[in-house]
Amino acid sequence: MNNEPIQITVTVNGERITRRVEPRQHLIDFLRSECELTGAHVGCEHGVCGACTVRVDGEIVRGCLFLAVQADGAKVDTIEGLSDSGEIADLQKAFVERNALQCGFCTPGMLITAADLLARNPAPSRDEIRAHLSGNYCRCTGYHAIVDAVEATGRARGGKPRGVKT
Amino acid sequence: MSKTDAPGLSTLDRPNSYIGRSVPRPNARRLAEGRGQYVDDVKLPRLTHVAFLRSPYAHARIKSIDTAAAAKSPGVIRIVTGREMKEVVTPWVGVLSHLKGMKSAPQYPLAVDRACWQGEAVCAVVAQTRAEAEDALPLIKVEWEELTPVTDAEAAATPGALVIHPELGDNIAFQRELAVGEPDAVFAAADVVVEETFTIGRHTGVTLEPRSILADYNKAEKQLTVYHSTQAPHMMQGIFAKHLGLPETNVRVICKDVGGAFGIKVHTYPDEVATVALAMMLGRPVKFIADRLESFVTDIHARDHVIKGRIALSKDGEIKAFAIDDVTGIGPYSVYPRTSGIEANQVVNLIGGPYKHKAYKARARVVFQNKTVMCQYRAVGHPIACAVTEGLVDLAARKLGMDPAELRRRNLIADDAYPYTAPPGLVFESLSHHRSLDKLLQLMDYKTLRQEQAEFRKRGIQRGIGLASFIEVTNPSAAFYGVGGARISAQDGCTIRLDPSGTITCAIGVTEQGQGTEAIVAQVAATAVGVPMERVRVITGDTEITPYGGGTWASRGAGIGGEATLQAGKNLRANILKVAGVMLQADPGTLDIRDGKIVDAGTGAERIPLEELGRVCYFRPDTLPKDLQPELMVTRHYVQKDFAFVFTNGIQASYVEVDTDTGFVKLLGHWCVEDCGTVINPQLVDEQIRGGVVQGIGAALFEHCVYDAQGQMRNANMADYLVPMAGEMPDIHVAHVETPTRSSELGAKGAGEAGTAGAPGAVMNAINDALSPFNARVAAQPFTPEIILKALGKA
Repeated sequence: MNNEPIQITVTVNGERITRRVEPRQHLIDFLRSECELTGAHVGCEHGVCGACTVRVDGEIVRGCLFLAVQADGAKVDTIEGLSDSGEIADLQKAFVERNALQCGFCTPGMLITAADLLARNPAPSRDEIRAHLSGNYCRCTGYHAIVDAVEATGRARGGKPRGVKT
Repeated sequence: MSKTDAPGLSTLDRPNSYIGRSVPRPNARRLAEGRGQYVDDVKLPRLTHVAFLRSPYAHARIKSIDTAAAAKSPGVIRIVTGREMKEVVTPWVGVLSHLKGMKSAPQYPLAVDRACWQGEAVCAVVAQTRAEAEDALPLIKVEWEELTPVTDAEAAATPGALVIHPELGDNIAFQRELAVGEPDAVFAAADVVVEETFTIGRHTGVTLEPRSILADYNKAEKQLTVYHSTQAPHMMQGIFAKHLGLPETNVRVICKDVGGAFGIKVHTYPDEVATVALAMMLGRPVKFIADRLESFVTDIHARDHVIKGRIALSKDGEIKAFAIDDVTGIGPYSVYPRTSGIEANQVVNLIGGPYKHKAYKARARVVFQNKTVMCQYRAVGHPIACAVTEGLVDLAARKLGMDPAELRRRNLIADDAYPYTAPPGLVFESLSHHRSLDKLLQLMDYKTLRQEQAEFRKRGIQRGIGLASFIEVTNPSAAFYGVGGARISAQDGCTIRLDPSGTITCAIGVTEQGQGTEAIVAQVAATAVGVPMERVRVITGDTEITPYGGGTWASRGAGIGGEATLQAGKNLRANILKVAGVMLQADPGTLDIRDGKIVDAGTGAERIPLEELGRVCYFRPDTLPKDLQPELMVTRHYVQKDFAFVFTNGIQASYVEVDTDTGFVKLLGHWCVEDCGTVINPQLVDEQIRGGVVQGIGAALFEHCVYDAQGQMRNANMADYLVPMAGEMPDIHVAHVETPTRSSELGAKGAGEAGTAGAPGAVMNAINDALSPFNARVAAQPFTPEIILKALGKA
């Protein structure tokens, strides 16, 4: 196996980061260990649980199914960046007020996935919310509170989608 | 979500009380911003990573291990086999003396001569990165001699079966038999007897954060520091100290954020002990994060019971007796230190729990087998006992032609019958089955739902309604573990301190895994002292900082930790008022603390702010009388001694639609009414219930560790092992009845397991209600489409 490192440059949360990475390294491991961004989590490493969800060039991806080298030249947004910019502050506030998180391990991925839905569909039905979040596993909440928080955020936005920063 | 007013608890019914208020958790925002700190987020200088070679066989002898090639693999620092590990760690045996006759075999961190389940750790590779450690694993050459695996629990319990641990004589780890009220005679004389065999499939916790541990050992100080994703830091401190030969004070367990636990993270795991031992061998930090594939075959599994159940009734629907015969497979070892006998013991204790029958017969056999170990997982025993009891009650209702709600109404223990001693000898302090039933039927609009069901049935759409009453063990006394010799604390302590600027710091032994422990401690502390909640900081999860305690399990966080906080807070308040009385030349009894200020108790007029009292006490004590020593830091402990457990109760309902062509079950609605006594934070309690319900639904419909006859788990990944996801789950409606326990001043009972306890029984009864026109029924969880089609004769 050729594990010779490859140099990549990724714009992570607005910062240009250049590193030499092994071709086999996944984006989630690159973000967590090379960039020290530990907000996105490793849950299953086979693309089922959604804990590693981040945004690459505006699209949500599984950080465990995406190689770091694939992100060369891309813009990557993580929960840290989205928190700093305030882009999803209302959604985060709704999650906290509604207790739509317990252990918090799924929450960064859940928020990014929910934000993706609200950007496309500012007034989703409960069924639409459940369908969109159905790739993000939460063992704690039973999902009801998460659906409430996403629904409330959409309503509070008045049906007007916010621009997605890419 | 309704905000309820503070209940009429005299000491807590104070101005600005936080008891009964749905305030947000202070630690939630941090988690929502990705600023949690789980074990895998911790990095230390000279950090190493361990990966384990695991047995590919359920039962096999290790003839030899050759690590030479693996040792040369890039980044490898050290390879350790079971034989080497055995020299530095003493083995453990998972038995409790109050589970009479219980036995198990010594267990080591790494298999020494023999692997007893597929996934058992055999050899450890420490490397600079986890990837490099994993790269070396295939280079280890193990010469295996396959042994015959013992997998079926019933067969393993049969005389003549191959014995997994020959020195134990047979495969029976524990057996309990009980007969109360001449059950055989009652059954023989009964008008109606109904029976069913229930299978409760093996499933597992699937915490989203896998088991995680980072151990560091400072050889110069002989000091071990363990960052651990655990529910019970002090218990683990004791275990590491004992089995690695260190004084307890030289072991510090730090538990930062925990990504879900549910009972998975309250046990002794061989690979975790091995990680700690490796850190001691190397004198540098070693991290082990289980990956998902190894989680499935090494995290404790749960349930795996086959229960033959019977119920006896009079023809007018009076329940006379229950009887069960339970066999459960627990893997090759009883898990240390809580043992794998507790669940079957709980099943025996809890069967028939909500009802007023007098006769009961039970047998439970706990059996070794070559599968992953089985142990306590959320709602230990409850979902099994509830499904069996409530399944039998519904079968009886059908046989009698009686409405299931009516049959329950006739048999639930009356709300004024307490204290009540149940046939197994357990004492219920005060329960509210009838109020809960009434509230549930109202909440779900039972009558209308029955009419709707009938309308749909006319159109060939099969909908069903299932009810499930339950009782729940909470606030355990030392009778749970301590009396059996386990060093597991039933007591917890809270140290509360007024800081100079008028803020409050609480350190407490109960732990947080997302339930909201820190929030309820802050709510109780703020109420007891009289400060805004924003001024309270709560510290949990560090054996070097918090008072010694049990941690969070068995629904004890709010009930035990909350009461310790209340008593500590009240004492601090009294101490503050004593000083204030001197400073203000007033009788302390005429003063109060409200909203962070000393006020005149009668008028509420502000006298001095707490920060002024803090300033004087800490920096100008010279201005206070010589004989007045302010004590602004107080520790109080609490242990529940009135009952073995403080029982709660509740009832759930499920409304489903069964597609009789595909066998798919659609969950249309779920309701739960429960009574956890004083509700400290209604929103947090509701979310405990909802999360628990969905965990129970997972067990009822999806989750199953599927094994073949060779002891190989066939679906050990998240693509094949199904968990509940948002798309399939219903909205869950929750309401409460409040019957505070008199065993504490706070009056709070636990709520963490009620949801999981009742949901599988409710879902099963709903499915069977839907299938009733076809004279078909299911009793083997999980109720997959295949199981349902088989019941319908279509598969």
